Amino acid sequence: MAKTTIDAKIPQGPLSEKWSNYKAHQKLVNPANKRRLDIIVVGTGLAGASAAASLGELGFNVLNFCIQDSPRRAHSIAAQGGINAAKNYPNDGDSVYRLFYDTLKGGDYRAREANVYRLAEVSNSIIDQCVAQGVPFAREYGGLLDNRSFGGAQVSRTFYAKGQTGQQLLLGAYSALSRQIAKGTVKMYSRYEMLDVVIIEGKARGIIARNLVTGAIERFFAHAVVIATGGYGNAFFLSTNAMGSNGSVAIQAYKKGAYFANPCFAQIHPTCIPVHGEFQSKLTLMSESLRNDGRIWVPKKKQDAEAIRAGKLKPTQLAEDDRDYYLERRYPAFGNLVPRDVASRAAKERCDAGFGVGATGLAVYLDFSSSIERLGKSVVAERYGNLFQMYEKIVDDNPYETPMMIYPAIHYTMGGIWVDYELQTSIPGLFAIGEANFSDHGANRLGASALMQGLADGYFVLPYTIQNYLADQIRVPRISTDAPEFVEAENAINDKIKRLLAIQGNRSVDSLHKELGLVMWDNVGMGRTKDSLEKALARIQEIRNEFWSNVFIPGEENAMNVELEKAIRVADFIEIGELMARDSLDREESCGGHFREEYQTEEGEALRHDDKYSYASCWKFVAEGKAPELVKEMLDYEFVQRQQRNYKS
Amino acid sequence: MEKSINITVKVWRQKNAKAKGAFVSYKLDGVSTDSSFLEMLDILNEKLISERQEPIAFDHDCREGICGMCSLYINGHPHGPDDDITTCQLHMRKFKDGETVTVEPWRSNAFPVIKDLMVNRKAYDEIIQAGGYVSVNTGGIPDANAIPIGKPIADEAMDAASCIGCGACAAACKNGSAMLFVAAKVSQLALLPQGKVEAATRAKAMVAKMDELGFGNCTNTGACEAECPKSISIAHIARLNREFLCAKFKD
Repeated sequence: MAKTTIDAKIPQGPLSEKWSNYKAHQKLVNPANKRRLDIIVVGTGLAGASAAASLGELGFNVLNFCIQDSPRRAHSIAAQGGINAAKNYPNDGDSVYRLFYDTLKGGDYRAREANVYRLAEVSNSIIDQCVAQGVPFAREYGGLLDNRSFGGAQVSRTFYAKGQTGQQLLLGAYSALSRQIAKGTVKMYSRYEMLDVVIIEGKARGIIARNLVTGAIERFFAHAVVIATGGYGNAFFLSTNAMGSNGSVAIQAYKKGAYFANPCFAQIHPTCIPVHGEFQSKLTLMSESLRNDGRIWVPKKKQDAEAIRAGKLKPTQLAEDDRDYYLERRYPAFGNLVPRDVASRAAKERCDAGFGVGATGLAVYLDFSSSIERLGKSVVAERYGNLFQMYEKIVDDNPYETPMMIYPAIHYTMGGIWVDYELQTSIPGLFAIGEANFSDHGANRLGASALMQGLADGYFVLPYTIQNYLADQIRVPRISTDAPEFVEAENAINDKIKRLLAIQGNRSVDSLHKELGLVMWDNVGMGRTKDSLEKALARIQEIRNEFWSNVFIPGEENAMNVELEKAIRVADFIEIGELMARDSLDREESCGGHFREEYQTEEGEALRHDDKYSYASCWKFVAEGKAPELVKEMLDYEFVQRQQRNYKS
Repeated sequence: MEKSINITVKVWRQKNAKAKGAFVSYKLDGVSTDSSFLEMLDILNEKLISERQEPIAFDHDCREGICGMCSLYINGHPHGPDDDITTCQLHMRKFKDGETVTVEPWRSNAFPVIKDLMVNRKAYDEIIQAGGYVSVNTGGIPDANAIPIGKPIADEAMDAASCIGCGACAAACKNGSAMLFVAAKVSQLALLPQGKVEAATRAKAMVAKMDELGFGNCTNTGACEAECPKSISIAHIARLNREFLCAKFKD
């Protein structure tokens, strides 16, 4: 078999000129032809909604799909803290280069330089765009925009709207989308779930989707298909993702030939409300912005931790000297604002060593008492009031009076569908944007950068790069959905659904999903070893067999059937879980969110091996039941000297 | 402290939009008071599945009170008995041992039932499509700091913008009016200089669409504000009325 090679299509020239050069020389589609071109956008989060709206404005004929009842519900809405941009309004030394550098370094040098630079370059336009849409960002008394700081940066470059930044940005994109729906340039299909991509003569030409209300399987043609379906953290069952967030479209694309890149890079967010019972359905994030004013600690002495766990001692009774502010101790330069992967591992290290608090010992404190003393309760309430309220409603504890308890949880997947510089996958005509692709965050994403990337892709990158592809498609007529490729894809879906419903076993979908999640968390979580990963691969195979022989799905095929929807997603989570474990096993180094316990420095920090693993791992589907082929996209660092990440000095 | 309670859940079951629905009661023992209301429904659904029955369909997604997907009338209140939260943030510690908990879908002409507790809220999307935006295209925008906006104005706009579009306001209203939903968007955009330009046409278009979709009239009962999970103030309705009247005078 010929060796597969990868071309990321990075434009020539100096880093700061690549994007301008690209735009200056790319092909465009004229207005009359735009009307004749159909584009399917799947997903209505920040990336999907902004892309659908922008493409509609340009005059393309857009079909937009989402699984929720309204495009406004996509999970981007839950992002709390903020969005980064290199505006340098606070005059604290920020620049496009510094945002680029921080993002690349935060990702532990496993992202493409050219993509990350472009992201930093367009970041400022995003803020302008959102303000023009009426996004009510936080402001100073003088009327100008306010900024706060976030992990992994020494400047304040994060714009925010209370603790609801994702909501406000999404509603901005949703309003732009709504305007295009009213104009008829975008046709919206809500409560529809994509179940396959249709390939005709090697190009993506449409999708098969299920109408979730009627159960009908429908076919849709387009000249290009854009995937904006977010991340697959729910492979772990418990995560901060929404209940419906899933990786099924990524797996569909993968099985049709799109590479799945860096599945081992998953982000574990340090500040989530700890797990409290086996009935738990999801984990709730407490925004990283809390680390601006909250201090993280555990008891210094083991006996104090034990007394707290037993309910004999309260955290507020512990003297200052008996507290270990371990992030401030280990990382004096960044303190509580180290990147997420570093903060998560440090919490795990303390809890594993026996210093954890809470009933389970799997929690650390996030304490606001010194901020309340310094700033006053009202300032703290203004900054974080809604988060404190959310915490209190869930935990029944008042964080103004007693420290919050937090523990890491799966939050974001840096890996995803491989895309080139144009955000095109390895299937021509199939694009992937936002969290669904792998492109900009390397091995770890910095806080407030997900919103930036989603909107950068949707507003300012894809509307350009997709035209370079579509310019060659203007002579392609709308293909009938009676074409054999559509019929074949639909038949395969119908067969799969019938097979699932016919199993009639004894296990509920959720029970199998939970079993998978536990295997993932225990073996492919914050600390991974060769042994744990091999164990995971064996266990996932068992779960796959159990699923396909013993799952029970009540209800009918041709009607709303929530259990069937979940079953299809869980079948794909099993595939993703396996890819994550396989990729983690292959990558014999530690970097960013991927921590192999065998590869760490004497101080317990991640130890990269740039000589061997300076590549993006792209997994190419071969056949069912066969191991995928690993294709490497080598990451050449032309402009930045890679270093061991240092947040200590 | 965590304890467990035994409850009876009286749920509206309806096979599809055309079917006739009815209440069905289920006994559920040993529910942890630390579980959320929707986790309680998950437990009930697992029980139904183990008895090879169809689980109860209900809308939910983020489960942290922001997506607006969850709904439910619980013991006569949209989003249940607790204040300022959505159903997904409601916890079982708010219920007593032995209690019968009644769970219904939104009851509003504009939100028809799809199945069990799920309703169709497309009407809210259509109201936004009628004018709930600032007419700007992507790109070619002046610097974000070009127009200063006073902090009190920005904060008030933010309060209005907190609306999650869940539908509780219309479901709570005896007239089935969507005034609070419409007012929140009109008010947010009318407060900001970026949205001011189209304030009058927006108010007119959104109110006309609301009327067309079969929502009722506002008679200022204040039920919407009381039940809104985001505590959106009916003061915004006054601003909507002002914008609407100004627009009508100009006609």
